[in-house]
Amino acid sequence: MTLPYIAIAFEKFNYKTGIRSPFVGLDNFTSFFKSSWAWAVTRNTLVINFLFLIFGTFFAILIALLLNEIRNKPFLKLTQSAMLFPFFISWVIVSYMLQGLLGTANGMINRLIESLGGARINFYSTPSYWYPILLILNIWKNAGYNSIIYLAAITGIDESIYEAAAIDGATRFKRIIYVTLPLLIPTISVLTLMSIGRIFYGDFGMMYAIVRDNASIMPIAEVIDTYVFRTFKNTGNPSLTMAIGLYQSIVGFILVYTSNRIVRRYYPDGALF
Amino acid sequence: MRSTRGERVGSFFIHLFVLLFALACLIPFVMVIVVSFTEEKAITLNGYSLFTTHWSTAAYKMMFGKNSAVPRSYGVTTLATVAGTFIATLITFGAGYTLANKQCRYRNGLSLYFYFTMVFSAGLVPWYMVSKAIGAYDNIWALIIPSLMFSPFNMFLVRNFVNGIPEALNESARIDGAGEMRIAFQIYLPLCKPVLATIVLFYAIGYWNNYFNAVMLITDRKMYPLQMLLFQIQSEITAMSKLMSGAERANPPKEAFKMATSVVTMGPIILLYPFLQKYFVKGMVIGAVKG
Repeated sequence: MTLPYIAIAFEKFNYKTGIRSPFVGLDNFTSFFKSSWAWAVTRNTLVINFLFLIFGTFFAILIALLLNEIRNKPFLKLTQSAMLFPFFISWVIVSYMLQGLLGTANGMINRLIESLGGARINFYSTPSYWYPILLILNIWKNAGYNSIIYLAAITGIDESIYEAAAIDGATRFKRIIYVTLPLLIPTISVLTLMSIGRIFYGDFGMMYAIVRDNASIMPIAEVIDTYVFRTFKNTGNPSLTMAIGLYQSIVGFILVYTSNRIVRRYYPDGALF
Repeated sequence: MRSTRGERVGSFFIHLFVLLFALACLIPFVMVIVVSFTEEKAITLNGYSLFTTHWSTAAYKMMFGKNSAVPRSYGVTTLATVAGTFIATLITFGAGYTLANKQCRYRNGLSLYFYFTMVFSAGLVPWYMVSKAIGAYDNIWALIIPSLMFSPFNMFLVRNFVNGIPEALNESARIDGAGEMRIAFQIYLPLCKPVLATIVLFYAIGYWNNYFNAVMLITDRKMYPLQMLLFQIQSEITAMSKLMSGAERANPPKEAFKMATSVVTMGPIILLYPFLQKYFVKGMVIGAVKG
C-alpha cells in the first residue's frame, strides 16, 4: 500500500503535484551521501546494534543459565518477575529515570560522587559515555525478557543427558559448558541471525526518548531512524527523507535476505522463508 | 546427589548475582515513586534519592487539579489502547486464520506479500502521507489506525497456531452445517485463546507505550496521549504553573510532578503485572517453539 510512494525518492517533491512531481534521478541520494551525517549515522546504527546484539545475547544466556541452576522456587519466581518488569515500561519513563540517575544537578550518581569527594560528571554533554550507557539501558530493559526464550530452550533439554554426564563425573560447571551450551547453539544462531537482519534499523522509540535533541551526544547516538525523522521534521523535504529511508530499507533487506539464506543452509527449521 | 564445597560456593554466587540484577531492575522504580512523594525543596537540596524525610503529595494534587492535562490524556490513551487492541486483534486473527485455511487458494502468495512488508518497509514518509491522506491526523484515529499496519509478525503467530489444529475439525463443522463465519468465530476463535491472549497483551502494551504516533501525527495538545504528555512535560509544567495561584506558582513541584506522572502512567502496568507476565512467558514459548 505504501510502496508506490518510493517514487518520491527520485523526484523533487511538491505537495501540489504529489506523487507525479518532476523526476530528478539520484540527486536526493547524492546530497545525502555527500553530507557528513551519512557515514556517522550508518556507523552509529551498526556499532550500537552490534553492541546490543553481542552483549544482549551474552547476558540473556547468562541469566537463563543462572536461573536454570536455581532450585528455590519462590526466589526464582520473584527474581524473574523483577527482571522482566523493565521490559513493559516505556522509553519515555526510562529516560526520566536515567535523568534522575545521571542528571548533573540532582542526579543520584552525581550526588554520590560528590559526597565521596569527587567532582560532578556532566554525562549529558560528554559523548564518550554514551555507548556504554545505551548498552546498559538495553541490557537492563531487555535481558530478562530475552532470557525467557533461552530458558525455554534449556528446559527442553533431555534430563537424561545431564544424568549421564553426572555419572561420568562432570561437575555442574562442566555440565553447563559441555552439555547445555552446545545444545543451545541452534537457538542462539537462529536468534542472532534474525537480529543481524535488523541491524540496520535503530530503535527509534529508545533513541529519541533518551537522546531527544541533545546536540552534544548526537554525533555518537544519532541512528538512521532518528536522522530520518529529524530530516523530515527540520527540512520538511519528503524527497530527501524518502531517499535516506530507501537506502536503509534496501541495505536492510539485503541483510535480512542474506542472513535468512545462511540460516536456511545450516538450520532449515529456523529459516523465516 | 551430594554437593561439594565448590558447588555450594558456586550456588551462593549464582544466587547473589541473580539477586543483584533483580534489584538493579527494581531500584529505579523505587526512586521514581519516592521522588514523586517528595517535597520540591528537598529534591533541589538532596537530589534524587531512594528515601526522604520530607513527604509531600503536592505533585499528585497538582496532577488531579483543575488545570491539569493528565486526566484528559489518560482518557485518550485508554480509549486508543482499548479500541486499538480490539481492532488490531480482530484483524490479526482474521488474517492469520485465513492464511492457515486450506480453502484459501492464494494463501502462499498472500503470506509472501505480508512477509515482504515485514522485511521491506518503505519507511517514514509514505507512512506519514498515507496516514494523513486517510484522515488519521490530529484525532484519536491517528493513535489507532497507523499502528495497525505494522504487525504481520503477530499474524504469523496466529497462522502457525491455527495450522497446528487438526484439519478434520473444519470439515466436521462444515458437514454439520456451520457457515464460514461460524467456523471461524465459534469454533476456531475459542481454540486460539492462548495465542490470542498473548497478542492482545503485545498490542495493549504497544498502544499504551506508544509515543511515536503522537510525535508524528498529533499537534493538538488536547489529543496528546499520556506518553506524549510525559515526553513534553517540561513545557507542560511551565504552561500549567502559569495558571496557578500565588505560592504554588513561585515554586511548582517540577521534578516531583514529572515522577508522579510517570507513576500514574505505569500504574495499570504495575496492577496488571502478574497477569501480563504469565501470558507473555507463555506466548514467548509458543513463538520460540515454532521459531
